[in-house]
Amino acid sequence: MNSAWIYRIAMAVLAVSGVAQMPVFKRYGIASIPGFGWTADYFFTHRLHYAAAALLLFWLARRLMTGGPAALGRARLWLLGVLVLTGAVRVLKNLPDVDFSPLTVMLVDWTHLAAAMAIGLAALLMLARRRADARAPINRR
Amino acid sequence: MFKHIAPNSRITRRTLLKTLGLGGTAALLPDRARAAALPASGGETATLLDLSKCIGCGACVQTCREVNASRYPDPVKPLPTLLPPGTRNEDFSDKRGDDTRLTPYNWLFIQSARVDGKEVHIPRRCMHCQNPPCANLCPWGAASKRESGTVSIDAEVCLGGAKCRDVCPWQIPQRQSGVGLYLHILPTMAGNGVMFKCDRCQDRVATGQLPACVEACPQSVQSVGPRNELAAAARRMARERGGYIYGLEENGGTNTIYYSPVPFEKLEAAVAKGPGKPHLASVADSMADSNTLAWAVLLAPLAGAASALLKGTKRILASREAKGGSHE
Repeated sequence: MNSAWIYRIAMAVLAVSGVAQMPVFKRYGIASIPGFGWTADYFFTHRLHYAAAALLLFWLARRLMTGGPAALGRARLWLLGVLVLTGAVRVLKNLPDVDFSPLTVMLVDWTHLAAAMAIGLAALLMLARRRADARAPINRR
Repeated sequence: MFKHIAPNSRITRRTLLKTLGLGGTAALLPDRARAAALPASGGETATLLDLSKCIGCGACVQTCREVNASRYPDPVKPLPTLLPPGTRNEDFSDKRGDDTRLTPYNWLFIQSARVDGKEVHIPRRCMHCQNPPCANLCPWGAASKRESGTVSIDAEVCLGGAKCRDVCPWQIPQRQSGVGLYLHILPTMAGNGVMFKCDRCQDRVATGQLPACVEACPQSVQSVGPRNELAAAARRMARERGGYIYGLEENGGTNTIYYSPVPFEKLEAAVAKGPGKPHLASVADSMADSNTLAWAVLLAPLAGAASALLKGTKRILASREAKGGSHE
């Protein structure tokens, strides 16, 4: 499979399972659509989030080793760095026998959420720009 | 003997906004891992409830209500209209006197049952799990577990999504709508109040006092101390007196341990259950599968690096072979 597709699939699953960690799919009726009941199963979507995180980390490490940091681009490297660091703290926190202070837990959770939203927005902006570029007359490109 | 619990953090909206950008830094500054931080003789603090002593007098419930009254919610009325239509508010503010179940205004109540000719009374409140799904899975960082073993919800941060109640095997946290941070963000669209439950009187404990329910009990039903010591005491009681234990294994282990003279299966069948009235069935560790997967997450970067090395090695070998081939 193309390396970019591994990244896209991992990020798409992370986005859906990440949003599912907030109590929104049930409240907004998505979980009651036939076939979407799993979106309101917090434990299932949590495991899905972990599995996709493992895929992303595999891809990231492979990409960084083969292409170096420049292969990702500075902005994406920073955003993914914050996302991965805060995610790693959350994974550690969830293990038995590991506890962090309430303030650390809260700041890490908020930052993870903010980084995920920033990556989503950046991806949408890039997509919009690419489309605009594609529509622009050839001499303005 | 009793380990002090640090007071709850107090977060304002201003702090929330100011610190959002600093969270990444905070990620680098985690507190210590519990295993490394606790004294060798200690461990998490637990409570052991000897149900053979409980007479169901309700002194613990009464004192809990008095001591925590100032922390009870005072909702704005009318409660916000919630979207989408069909989303309901949860309002216990007109039932503040109800002490027959857990509510945002009653964090401890007593279940009673007659089993094998014995009247058994069971004080029920948060079990304070050793690996609590409520604190682990809260997406907003409002619920957390301390090194002391106490699980608490910060009422100033909680948005009232009730995920903690959904993932709690006993559905302990209780929601009151019309209070909390969500009122200042998007009250109709997101959030629905604040979740409330027992935090083992951590403010009292921080000043060297015992949790109110422990102190008020005329029968000394509850013992407080390091979990490993109380777990050993519970096992000894069960062995010597022929009783039963609940909490050592439930949900991976809890810091509330019950000793009963009658089997918990029989108590479970006999007690009234429902909203705010938790069960007594055995519970598997709800975080077990996620924590197995956690190892895959933590090892994935190594696998990625190994894959890159393998790819590089293959490329080098292939180029050597190609060079060797061209010489021939």
